Amino acid sequence: MKWDWGAVRDFLPHFWDGLLVTLQALVLGSLIAFVLGLVWALLMRTPTRWVRWPVGVVTEFIRDTPLLVQLFFLFYVLPEWGLAFSALTTGVVAIGLHYSTYTMQVYRAGIEAVPAGQWEAATALSLPMRRTWTAVILPQAIRRVVPALGNYVISMLKDTPMLMAITVLDMLGEARLFSQQHFQFTEPLTVIGVAFVLISYPASLLLRALERRLVR
Amino acid sequence: MTSGLWELVLKGIWTTVQLLVLSAALATAVSFTVGIARTHRLWIVRFLAGFYTEVFRGTSALIMIFWVFFVLPLAFGWQLVPLWAGTLALGLTYGAYGAEIVRGALNSVDPAQREGGIALSFTPWQRMRKILLPQAVPEMIPPFSNLLVELLKGTALVSVMGMGDLAFSGNLVRLALQESAQIYTYILLIYFVIAFLLTRLMRGLENRLKAGVGKAPEPAVSVRRSETTTVGGGVS
Repeated sequence: MKWDWGAVRDFLPHFWDGLLVTLQALVLGSLIAFVLGLVWALLMRTPTRWVRWPVGVVTEFIRDTPLLVQLFFLFYVLPEWGLAFSALTTGVVAIGLHYSTYTMQVYRAGIEAVPAGQWEAATALSLPMRRTWTAVILPQAIRRVVPALGNYVISMLKDTPMLMAITVLDMLGEARLFSQQHFQFTEPLTVIGVAFVLISYPASLLLRALERRLVR
Repeated sequence: MTSGLWELVLKGIWTTVQLLVLSAALATAVSFTVGIARTHRLWIVRFLAGFYTEVFRGTSALIMIFWVFFVLPLAFGWQLVPLWAGTLALGLTYGAYGAEIVRGALNSVDPAQREGGIALSFTPWQRMRKILLPQAVPEMIPPFSNLLVELLKGTALVSVMGMGDLAFSGNLVRLALQESAQIYTYILLIYFVIAFLLTRLMRGLENRLKAGVGKAPEPAVSVRRSETTTVGGGVS
């Protein structure tokens, strides 16, 4: 096994470019996942089954099918329908949509964990529905679910390399490009592998600390 | 779609199923070995097992696949058949997630059970085999069921390496027909059906195992994933 530090040095500028794209995808994807997940969770609480049922089926379908194929779907089908986005935008939308079906479960658990007395108190004060949600239920529910949402950000980070399959130059995309140009596979792939561990492990430690503070 | 193209898709399904079964077997073996090692009394064994899980959970499955396909042959001079390379990468990665499930389930067994085993002077291995595992395994089934669906989704990743699985056959048919929407809808539906069958299978297994330790099967819950922290959540 030969390890060439020169290759690592040559790869580093590409690595930073890739890291930037990965983080962009992660941040934007997380935003979509957080917002859309909340929308799904609230829709699942509407009284009519004509809303709940389709939302349930669609989210279950998205959750149980591979993100990679969903990426291909959006990347190749949307242009046929006349919606042409950049590869990165498509990737961000796909990853956000995929993970919104997970965050939806997190929000649901958080909302259900709000004690019934809070609902009753809101009714007793005759707060309107909107205010009950925005001022009473959601602030308590979201506080509880922040660590769990953070977990999904970490696993989203680990799914961003898939964007490479639709030509996004994220960390893995840059590594693959570099390997093919220089015929050096070991160094770039190992560097990004280590980079992922170095990002996600401290992040998970941070979340554990956050969990101890927020969830009591 | 012509019959020739359907044949391609069928071959893809077969490859995906093979890969799923093999990597699930490897992942199960890894989960139990590493998960049990994490409850070992020697700190060095616990540390090594913990190190393994953190490294393999910390990195991405797709990067593992790239590593096994490209770096392993260069570094060690032996190249694996694509099916085995995919099995190795997926089994090791998802095994690390499974190890956390095993560890959690073992820790959730009532401590009095373990103490009872000590009082009866069982050896540690007997305690594990006769007391802890029979009670812990039924608890592991629901999270393992979720993990199995994640593994199924993970198998699609090998198509990036040009392995002819279901996702790859979808890409081939798209190139042949240029009807992306239709083709990818079929492919997604097939994945969904496989995932559905897997969860049914695991539900049945859970009921049988729970009956074996004298627990009534839980009433079918409407929302399956109450604990979504397996692959999704890194921290547990």
